[in-house]
Amino acid sequence: MSENLTTPIGRQAKFCPGCGHPIVLMMLQRILKQHNLEAQAVLGLDIGCSLLAWNYLPINTFQTHHGRVVPTMVGFKRARKNSLAIAYVGDGGAYAIGWQSLFHAALRDEPVLVIVVNNTVYGMTGGQSAPTTLSGQKTPTSPDGFTGNTMYGPEILHQVSNPEAFIARTAVNDPKQMLDFLDKAIKTQQAGHFALIEFLSFCPTNWRTKGIDTVKFLEERLKSVFKVGEIK
Amino acid sequence: MQNNKKQFLTGHEVVVQAALDAGAESMFGYPITPTCEILSGWFESGKKCLQTEDEIAAGFGVCGAVLAGEKSFTASSGPGHILLQDSFSMAEAMRLPVVLIVGQRGGPSSGTVIYSQQEVILACFGGNGEGMRLVYSPSNLSELYLLTRRAFNEAWKYRYPAIVLTDGYTLKIRQNVDFDQFKKIENIPPISLIPENKIVHWPNIYTAEEELNIVLENTKNDFENIAKEIVSFESKEIEDAEILLIAHGIVGAVTKIAVEELRKQNIKVGLFRPITLRPFPKQELDKICGWKKIKKIVVVESSFGQLARIVRDQLAPEIDASFDYLQKPGLGIEPEEVIEFVKNIKI
Ligand SMILES: Cc1ncc(C[n+]2csc(CCOP(=O)(O)OP(=O)(O)O)c2C)c(N)n1
Ligand code: SF4
Ligand SMILES: [Mg+2]
Repeated sequence: MSENLTTPIGRQAKFCPGCGHPIVLMMLQRILKQHNLEAQAVLGLDIGCSLLAWNYLPINTFQTHHGRVVPTMVGFKRARKNSLAIAYVGDGGAYAIGWQSLFHAALRDEPVLVIVVNNTVYGMTGGQSAPTTLSGQKTPTSPDGFTGNTMYGPEILHQVSNPEAFIARTAVNDPKQMLDFLDKAIKTQQAGHFALIEFLSFCPTNWRTKGIDTVKFLEERLKSVFKVGEIK
Repeated sequence: MQNNKKQFLTGHEVVVQAALDAGAESMFGYPITPTCEILSGWFESGKKCLQTEDEIAAGFGVCGAVLAGEKSFTASSGPGHILLQDSFSMAEAMRLPVVLIVGQRGGPSSGTVIYSQQEVILACFGGNGEGMRLVYSPSNLSELYLLTRRAFNEAWKYRYPAIVLTDGYTLKIRQNVDFDQFKKIENIPPISLIPENKIVHWPNIYTAEEELNIVLENTKNDFENIAKEIVSFESKEIEDAEILLIAHGIVGAVTKIAVEELRKQNIKVGLFRPITLRPFPKQELDKICGWKKIKKIVVVESSFGQLARIVRDQLAPEIDASFDYLQKPGLGIEPEEVIEFVKNIKI
């Protein structure tokens, strides 16, 4: 994808060609600009391919530790109430190492927006299996096909979150839905509640897919397992 | 509370008062003996407080608040202190003025719940870094107050994370604290590390070894430069001392009593009590050991040599005094034991 080559602020983008991360970031920027929220937004990054977004958008951005971006943004938001606090994290960071903090942030209805980029693997470390890996999916740590259960983060969090919270799943090939959900999530934080959007995302590098096969894998495999839409 | 001159307080109450007076706005914490009453005391103060799901979230919560420009802190012990080193290493890397109160308890593992001096190495060098943090060791409640105020001030002034390293004995006892003497302390105001009127792109991971190396060199140079302004220690009876006792914290207070008694018995013994463990008062100790007639250095502590490791590492190699150790890991030390130990030393 040509838009991968440079970032909105003219830097060299570090994501692999065809990666889903830049799409999520572009959507985020579009909605922030639309609401004139670029100055208020603060983007905390987990460690994973998320970290590559550190100088991507024209908003305040910093990197944290793997699995620790949610508690960091919880602290940030509590100290600066008028900010729009965004925790940007991969599926491994959110649902494995950082799950405890994410779960309790939802339970306490912390007014932060968590963006989970679900590529079904640990992208940055070479595509090992994650809690979101699909049954039968081959990864370096499931060479004969993944045999564990697949985790539905948003569905579980919905069970413990406030009725006013916004929890949803979308996919990087659906711009209209992504913008709609981001819009709702921002309004949810402004109303003082927890919001989480899981983005089903492309990782051609670790899926070992090319071109249309990457889109197909998301459309046919991911979407058949992970239901997109608002979780109610 | 500062108006009331003298007050009879517990260590927990002193910490809460000092944090309030230092301008702290929030605390993030997870209950653990012997620091529970700091958390409950902070709740009572009416300031912002979050009881988190664990110490990992407490530490990163403090990091987040500090990034937003708020003075914030946490308090913990032993196994909680271990979890806090995750966030503390981020604070060390990003130079976040995080403040942590450690009430040492026995270890390893869950150990005992009230007392030890076994968290010295963890406090000074925990994490995958180089120990670029400020560590203070108070010997009584007045000092606990003062050092907590200093921890906030120096953390924000010099941008290093800070630990007040105390223990459950110190936190649970009551002593008179005369607040009049602290009236002149001025607070360093917090700064907004993520400004509201400017865009910051702040990395915490580097692709090139050289990039990180430059950051580390700068952090170390700054640390060495500010050390002159921060290091503190107490010394006693060192002029003609042949035996130098080195002890910190509450054991430092006990050792001081022993020195006074031994002097009455004409034994040439002195005390060196580091008040800052990081940065360590290295030059001052070298001076005492090098210029004076010190023949024997005795490190007294409630651990198997955690302070001794730091002392041996910091002491100039040309100083040839021999070492001896009084070590009681996880146990309190009485002045009589120190006196007895010193009297049996042959020099
Ligand atoms: C405490 C800790 N453990 C392990 C790692 C190594 N690590 C870096 S990124 C990563 C996985 C990232 O996966 P995910 O969160 O799904 O993000 P992605 O790279 O797929 O976007 C791991 C395990 C680390 N940085 N820190
Ligand atoms: S490894 Fe996957 S998630 Fe990471 S940048 Fe490459 S394509 Fe994107
Ligand atoms: Mg992933």
